[in-house]
Order: sequence, then structure tokens, then C-alpha cells
Amino acid sequence: MKTAVIVFPGSNCDRDMAVALEQVTGRAPAMVWHRETELPDGTDFIALPGGFSYGDYLRSGAMAARSPILRSVADAAARGVPVLGVCNGFQVLTEALLLPGALMRNAGLNFVCRTVPLKVENSQSLFTASYNAGEEINIPVAHHDGNYFADAATLDRIEGEGRVAFRYADAVNGSARDIAGVLNDAGNVLGMMPHPERAIDRAHGGTDGLRLFEAALGVLA
Amino acid sequence: MKVNVYVTLKPGVLDPQGKAIHHALEGLGFGGVADVRAGRFIELDVADGTSDADLDAMCAKLLANTVIENYRIERP
Repeated sequence: MKTAVIVFPGSNCDRDMAVALEQVTGRAPAMVWHRETELPDGTDFIALPGGFSYGDYLRSGAMAARSPILRSVADAAARGVPVLGVCNGFQVLTEALLLPGALMRNAGLNFVCRTVPLKVENSQSLFTASYNAGEEINIPVAHHDGNYFADAATLDRIEGEGRVAFRYADAVNGSARDIAGVLNDAGNVLGMMPHPERAIDRAHGGTDGLRLFEAALGVLA
Repeated sequence: MKVNVYVTLKPGVLDPQGKAIHHALEGLGFGGVADVRAGRFIELDVADGTSDADLDAMCAKLLANTVIENYRIERP
């Protein structure tokens, strides 16, 4: 299993993501700088980490979504390679139009930084197969722009297609229909505001995030 | 050639920043403000003769996120 973490100027969860990937696969991921134009040959899992790429200039994720490496990420996604975007990575995926909707300033205007309960809505995806549908899990969030928005027709469509992976069990940031994580049409791209890589060790206070990596990386315990 | 681009949230999209500005104005004693919507103003210095189509593409591809925002281009 060859994994890659895309690193932008201003990424700050890239090393946490790398630790999670290495812990599960036994092999360190390739750290791929945003100015690269190609992913390493044989990359079969891509992670877009959290952080504040390009200082959140223009809009969160907007500049990163137009960086050279994103063309290769989009090509890989189209071939079915799993792509996980966490927090700023989710913002990048929506800005790159790989996922529907947009992430706006939190409704309460506060930066929200705490562990929150999530409800697993779809337990059939490659990222969520280790969870049970309806199960409640605890994963930390840390964001200012996590307020998910899409028009009503888009929300109805993604809900109808089972593409809402996670919902906040309690309102966190004003997200439409409490959506915390969204899958693409083919189910191989997941964007989520909560940080599963921050819940992979008992010392983190919980390991609910580890199960996502175990499912996605095909090494179910 | 200077071109002005105004990026604004679409009607119906909640604007938490506009709401906070509104509350602050009320706190300063400015009554009678019905609503505040915050947007972004971008000034471009482009080659003379840049086409409307190119300016439009710049807005649609980068300057605005058309999922949530509208844009207006003002040429001299």
C-alpha cells in the first residue's frame, strides 16, 4: 500500500496524517509538495491534510485547489484511487469541485476546537466500512470554516445517494443538515471536517479515527 | 487597465460575518440598519484589450466560488 500526503504551504496536520498512515500500513507515506506535477508511481491512497493552506487567502482551500499537484490528484480520483480530505483538505476538495458544496465561516463565528460526537450515516463506503450505520463516534474538530453549504437540491441528492458519510450529533458550526463528511459520486473521495488522524491512539483520548484508516487502507482489525 | 471585481454571497446564503458587523453597528448606536452583507472587492490591473470572456473566466475559475458567491465585473 503506497500512500501519499499532499503538503501545501500552511498545512499543519500533514505530519499527524503521516503518523496515522504509517501506523496502519507500516510504511511511511510519500510527502508530496504542492508544486509537484506527478504523484509517485503506484500511489494507491491520497490524503489532503488539515491546516491553513496559503493562509486561507481568498477562501479556505481556494489557492491549494488550483495548485499543480491537484491535477494529478483529480486524475487519480477519476481512476478510483481513494482520496481523503480532512478539514482544510475537505475545503480543498470542494474548491477543486471533486466534492459538492462549500465550507463557509462557522455560523457562530468562533473557531471550534473540541472532540465532538458524530453519527455514522453511511457504513458501506470504503472509508467507513469498519463502523456500523447509526453508530456514534467521537472525533476532534478544529476549524473556523466548517459550515457546510449546498443548495437544497444538492443536499437532497447527496442524502438520497447515501453520500453523507457523517453528521454532527449536535450542532457544531451551522452546517446544512449537520453534515460533517461527504462522499463523491463514485464513493472513492471523502471530505470531512473532523480529524480522524487525531483519534488513533488511546493517548489521544480515543481511537475511533483509527477505524477509518483501517477500513480505507484495507487492514481491518 | 484597472478592472473592479465585486464578489458577493448569493441571496439566501447565510452570512455570519455580515450578521456580526450588523450587531457591532447596533452596539455603536447605529440604529436603522436592516441588514449587512459582507463581500470582497478585487482590483485587477490587466492588459488593455483583455476580453470580457477572459475576465469572466478569471472570476468563475478562481475569484468567486459560484456555489455560494456571485460576481460583478466593472470595466472602466
